[in-house]
Amino acid sequence: MMSISNSMPIKQWEKRSFWQKLTVFDAIWGLIVTVGSGYIYMSYRIYMDSYEVAIQILATLTLIIWGFYWKSVRPFILAVATLAMVALWRYGIDSELHKGDLLLRYFLESQAAFMWMSIFYIGATFFYLCDFLRKSEIFWRTATSLLWIATVSGLTGLLVRWRESYLLGDDIGHIPVSNLYEVFILFILITGLLYLFYENRYRARAVGVFVTLVISGFVVFLMWYTFHRQAYHIQPLMPALQSYWMKVHVPANFIGYGAFTLASMFGIAFLIRSGAEIHFPNGFIERVLPPLELLDNIMYRAIVLGFSAFTVATILGALWAAEAWGGYWSWDPKETWALIVWLNYAAWLHLRLTKGWNGAPMAWWAVISIFITMFAFLGVNIFLSGLHSYGSL
Amino acid sequence: MVVSWRSIIWVLLEVLSSMNLAIILLVIIAIASVIGTVLQQNQPYPNYVRKLGPFWFEVFRCLGLYDVYSSIWFICILAFLVISISVCLYRQVPVLLLDMVKFHTKIQIESLLNLQQSTEWLSIDRNTKQILAKVTGTLISHNYSWRSQDYGTHQVVAAVKGRYNRLGYLLTHIAVVLIIIGGLLDSDFWLKLKEWQGQIAVERRYLPFLSPIPQISKLQPGAIPTFRGNVMLPEGNTTNFVFLSLHNGFLVQELPFSIELKDFKVEYYETGQPKAFISQIRILDQEHLGIQPLDAIIQVNRPLVYRGYSIYQSNFGDGGSKLKLRAWPFYSDRNKWLHPLDLQGSVGNEIKLSGESGDLTIELEDLRLFNLLPELDSERKFHNFGPSLSFKLRNEVGKAWEYLNYMVPVQLEGRSFYVSGVRTSMEEPFRYIYIPSANNSPERFLKFNACLHNLDWVRTVLKQNKTAIENSSGLQRDFEFIRLNLIKLFMEGGFPAVSARAKAVVPADQLYKVTSLYFNLLEDTLAKIFIEILREEGMKVDEGVGENEEVFLKDAIFALTTVPNYGAPFYLQLQSFQQIESSGLQVTYSTGTSFIHIGFFLLVTGIFIMFYTSYRRIWIWLAVENFAVRLVLAGRTGDRCQSDFINEFLLFREILNDLLGTVPKKES
Repeated sequence: MMSISNSMPIKQWEKRSFWQKLTVFDAIWGLIVTVGSGYIYMSYRIYMDSYEVAIQILATLTLIIWGFYWKSVRPFILAVATLAMVALWRYGIDSELHKGDLLLRYFLESQAAFMWMSIFYIGATFFYLCDFLRKSEIFWRTATSLLWIATVSGLTGLLVRWRESYLLGDDIGHIPVSNLYEVFILFILITGLLYLFYENRYRARAVGVFVTLVISGFVVFLMWYTFHRQAYHIQPLMPALQSYWMKVHVPANFIGYGAFTLASMFGIAFLIRSGAEIHFPNGFIERVLPPLELLDNIMYRAIVLGFSAFTVATILGALWAAEAWGGYWSWDPKETWALIVWLNYAAWLHLRLTKGWNGAPMAWWAVISIFITMFAFLGVNIFLSGLHSYGSL
Repeated sequence: MVVSWRSIIWVLLEVLSSMNLAIILLVIIAIASVIGTVLQQNQPYPNYVRKLGPFWFEVFRCLGLYDVYSSIWFICILAFLVISISVCLYRQVPVLLLDMVKFHTKIQIESLLNLQQSTEWLSIDRNTKQILAKVTGTLISHNYSWRSQDYGTHQVVAAVKGRYNRLGYLLTHIAVVLIIIGGLLDSDFWLKLKEWQGQIAVERRYLPFLSPIPQISKLQPGAIPTFRGNVMLPEGNTTNFVFLSLHNGFLVQELPFSIELKDFKVEYYETGQPKAFISQIRILDQEHLGIQPLDAIIQVNRPLVYRGYSIYQSNFGDGGSKLKLRAWPFYSDRNKWLHPLDLQGSVGNEIKLSGESGDLTIELEDLRLFNLLPELDSERKFHNFGPSLSFKLRNEVGKAWEYLNYMVPVQLEGRSFYVSGVRTSMEEPFRYIYIPSANNSPERFLKFNACLHNLDWVRTVLKQNKTAIENSSGLQRDFEFIRLNLIKLFMEGGFPAVSARAKAVVPADQLYKVTSLYFNLLEDTLAKIFIEILREEGMKVDEGVGENEEVFLKDAIFALTTVPNYGAPFYLQLQSFQQIESSGLQVTYSTGTSFIHIGFFLLVTGIFIMFYTSYRRIWIWLAVENFAVRLVLAGRTGDRCQSDFINEFLLFREILNDLLGTVPKKES
């Protein structure tokens, strides 16, 4: 609760608008992003068509506003950009030159970066667990920092992989969101980043242990996929995927998947706490986990975010399908399952908003929904065949 | 009992617009959608019969499960959802629109005190004008818009923020209705309607390309407002129609122009995976283009839109490549060892052969220029195995074997083989025969094989090459007999036939000994014959053969064991070809596009307005009663999450505390 002392001058109570709140740092941020984006445009414009330039402008604006809205993302982006630039510099223009470069080999090469990402995520999980069991500022700070570092490594790895694909040949180069291996990393990163956002905003740190445990699970899968199935090789794009739509459709989809995953983790935390309140009042869980209202609220917000992103992604997908397959909707298994996911969360939101349902039943629903979402993401690739068979297991 | 129509309609509307119904419909659509992903849709009917059996096939067919998404019941559910949402909108729109424009200054103090957020002050007389000015100033700085009304006895300031939030609700639901309507407009509803009216009939026969099609299965341009059709067009050919598929059959949709395929090509990456499918097409349209044709290049993701028709690159195949073939018989007639037959044909056509064992038909099915397969030693590395020909061999009674023959010898462990796969049904994997190649030809092996079938010749060879023991004793005839028998057995059934025979005639305690003797004798005989073949090729073999030939013999013996199961009486070698490709074009015409585009726009706009703006109202009720100011501050929000609004409300309360110089009288 907010309290304002009587001595405060009235002037200060007047709320400043979003734009009035911006400081000189925000201006610098905007400038850095614009200059960086301009530099990227100058360096790579020969590879881009007009749609892709439009996407770049949109991405630049998104990045600037994102930085205004969430300050912590700025050092994150700057770190990723710096590391990626170092990697580009070490790689040079010829893929043969860099062989034996230790910095690349052990840190910045996409494979190395993904390994570091995995290690840091597992480390973050460990410290979130420590913080959960034995509340301590140091554990928590370490955990959060590791989570940030892991996300930096992963995103750097993806950007470097983008460059590496061009080193294999100009016609092979493409944004690394084209197969299951690549989107899996994207999914892990987005889930981690979204959690960091909610933790930052709502101080719901104890939920970190649930989120990072799930992320660790995905990391283990990624390791299996890397080492056992050798899925890390960069493959050239099949004709159906050669489109600017891929750059927007896929990331939008994974914001959806990531947010839904997060919502289910908050749902689990909600259920654990509500169970503990009944069976073990004033016990350990109640001291550790945030209050039910907050968990419920974040779960709702995550679903709203996921639903919005998923809607946009599905629409982008439909527009792409109209261009590639001759129809907005072909009832391909992936499309159909995307619709099922969408309908599921639409029903959830309806009951929430119009019927005012909340509490444990909605939390259960959010938790169970993750299985539907994961089936749409992975199950369809494993069990069903169709037009979307880019990442078969 | 009298039931008025009015009340029935009212109840009906009530039910239709109820949230429960809408949610039940959402869940039903979700579940119905699952069916279509579990059961593969729009497969040829025989596939379903095989999978489900005749009884369940019929049940599933009646339920429309082979094409769930355009089955009557599924369309009905969608239509029902559209009606439900529309009724809901019809009832809610006036209320919401009114609420959006109104400030609600007429509100009673009792209602204000009952709101969740409400605070009341009593203070000694102050300048009410100043208070109101201060309050409205603060409201404006918090992005509220406000109206005030002086009722004489009291004044009300009504303020609202984010009132268009409710617009989000309207937009999203209108969007869903538009998208479903657009989707239904673009479905095969129109075809089904015409079929139901008896104006068209689905053609179910398999007709060869360019054969006449009955008028009842044809649709004129503009006969239906939307379609999605396909055509396979060989290079150099022109079409003015496409095929629409419906109920396991097809219809012909005529186009108001012609499409000529000038050229089709596939570009490949260095790794061998396809990089681009490119069709060079020419639109011929006297009416709109005159004599000047329109040339265009279409690719996947780059369709051509012409007069509202979209032309997509969707498939490719063989357009009747010309083939030169050589059939090497496995079983020679008595007179000649080997008598290969040269044949000519084209993909998509048949070659008829008549022979001793009856008539055979070769159905030439497909020619593939590239075969990118994983290398044997690693899953990751791909290797191009070159052109391949697939064909079916059908005998008089209709039984078919399917073959896949690679044109170029395949390198395995440093040796090269002509590879041919065989299977008798589509579900099986291919079983391969590896014919060792010598001097880039399968001839040596095939000659070897043919000779082994000619037992008279084998006997002569054996007579010329007697070993010392055979010469010296009366065993000669016996040995010769055994050798010939072994060859015969081997050629009929490979090593298993030999060991089966041994099992049948030899007592168990000597079985091992005799079997290995048989095998040795057989291999020795085969070697003798092989050396004779080499001699006839002109090779000097008296001082023994080279390592290459030894390995060849081993490979040949292995290949011989697979010949009896090969099915075909000959090996068909692809000598040369002239490729003619065909491109699969999809042509669509759509009327629902504008509905869908508007729907998409409204849906996204609506969702963001609904979820990311907040709807808040604040009222200030003020009256001077008994020389004191009575002031009530109240508010409510449409947000699900109240906490942000509560914080804002508390801020306002602090301001009023300050202004009035007193603490609230009553708090809710």
